[in-house]
Order: sequence, then C-alpha cells, then structure tokens
Amino acid sequence: MIAHAIFFYIFSIIAIVSAIMVTASKNTVHSVFFLILDFISISCLFIMIGAEFLGMIMLIVYVGAVAVLFLFVVMMLNVAQQKNQWFLSKSSSRHIPIGLIISAIIFFELIIVVGGWKYKPDLSNSTNISFSNDITNTHSLGLVLYTDYIHIFQISGMILLIAMIGAIVLTFRQREGVKKQSYIKQISRERSEGVEVLEVPSNRGVKIDD
Amino acid sequence: MTEIGLGHYLTLGAVIFSIGVIGIFLNRKNIIVILMSIELILLAVNINLVSFSIYLNDLSGQVFTLFILTVAAAEAAIGLAIIVVYYRNSGTIRVEEIDNLKG
Repeated sequence: MIAHAIFFYIFSIIAIVSAIMVTASKNTVHSVFFLILDFISISCLFIMIGAEFLGMIMLIVYVGAVAVLFLFVVMMLNVAQQKNQWFLSKSSSRHIPIGLIISAIIFFELIIVVGGWKYKPDLSNSTNISFSNDITNTHSLGLVLYTDYIHIFQISGMILLIAMIGAIVLTFRQREGVKKQSYIKQISRERSEGVEVLEVPSNRGVKIDD
Repeated sequence: MTEIGLGHYLTLGAVIFSIGVIGIFLNRKNIIVILMSIELILLAVNINLVSFSIYLNDLSGQVFTLFILTVAAAEAAIGLAIIVVYYRNSGTIRVEEIDNLKG
C-alpha cells in the first residue's frame, strides 16, 4: 500500500508539473514534449490502478499518434520563427486576472464536489457490468465492447473515417503548373488525332502546321 | 495519506482539468497550445472515468474512456488540419492576430 501511494504521488506530481509546463512554456515544441510526458505518466497511473488496456491504448494513441501529429504540425508551420513573447500588446493582457479567477473558481467547485460527495446507498446493487478477477482487463473489455457496445463502437469507427476524410479534404490543394500523367487522355486517344498521312509532292515538301 | 482512494484520483483530475482551462483562457500565443489544453481537459475526464470505473467495479467507464479517446484523436486531426489551412492562407496562427471576425 505504501508503494502504491509513493508511485501515485510521483506520477501525479510529474503529471501536474508537466501539465503546467504545457501551458506555460514559451516554446511550442517544449509544450509538445511536456504533453507527451503528461500522457505517459497518466498512462502509468492507469496501468497502476488496473486499467492496463486503457493505459497501453493511451500510450499508442496519444503518444504514438496525437503527440507526434502535434509535433509534426509545429515543425511544419515554423512556429519557432514567430514572436515568442506571450502578449503582443498591453490590451490583451487584461484578460489575465478574470481568466485566473474563473479557473480558480472552477477548481474549487470541483474540489468541493469531490470532497462532499457520497455514494448513493444502493449503488452497488444497480445493474452494472462488473468485472471478474479471473480474466484480464483486456479480455473483459473485449467481451463488453463487441457485444453490448457494438453500435457505439462502429459509430466511433465512422467518426475516425470522417475525421480522416475531413483532414484530407481540408489540406488537399491542386497546384498549378504541375505536369501529370492523365490515363484517361492517354487511353482515349485515337489514331485520327495522332497520325496524319500526307501526300508529299516531290521537290516541294509539305508544310505542317502545328 | 498512504491510503490512495478515489478522492485522490478525482483531485488529480480536477487539477489537470483546471490547468487545461487556465491554458485556454490565458493562452495568447498560438492555437496549437489551445488544442493541447483541450487534450489535457479530455485527459482529466478520462482520469475521472477510469478511477470511477475501478472503484465502483463497473466496466462501462473504461468503455466510454475508449470512445472519448477516439473522439479526441479525431478532434486533434481535424483541428490541426484547420490550423494548417489557416496558416497557409494567412501566415500566422497567433491568437492575437486572428481577428477576422472582429470579436
């Protein structure tokens, strides 16, 4: 139990500090690095409390795909060359106090909810999908995911497909002046437009207009 | 202190959620950091769902975390595509300089 507490505090402190650094660091590339650190420590926490599958998926999806996508976009957009100070003008820094106050109020509301919260007495009797101890977390998730939640699962697949199509459509552009091979034009070309047979008079030649 | 319960995880989720909200409110740099703050908020929600799922012995929290993960990935992809297109058109992604709507 002591080890659990120690690891919880280590991982959560790393997660909180790196979350602060994500929003506070001046360099966007450093923000992405801290985001990766944050995801890794939270997935360690997930693995620690027994949600191994989600921890691993979190590593794969967030660190392997989303964070690398962020890094790729940051490097592609050349953000580092843009001005690096936080506020360009005085007028925009007037949002700081009200933003801080509202964030603090949100935080204290959440803390109050967490502190003064109790279970409903008959909660454990309600129909929940409990997991047994003799199969793994991945196994039990798979048993539920492909039976009870199959429609939501397929809809999430559709969401991913639409996101992919949307990203491609948004970033696709037709460039001018690029020579491309057109298969349809090649195939549909006929002999009459390609070849012309001429009678050549001797000593005069022919004039070809093109 | 040494007994880690549900409250600890919920507090961690609340802290990360608030940091994400602060990041959205106070960010004046570029939109990519705002997208990262949204990712932080979704991460805090995931922490809450997973810890409730573990401590209530109910698997549906983890299933919904999986779906939130899916939606977060799709949202990041679309958001970054929009940012790339905007940068291509206007040459900047600073929050202060994006004022086409005069807001």
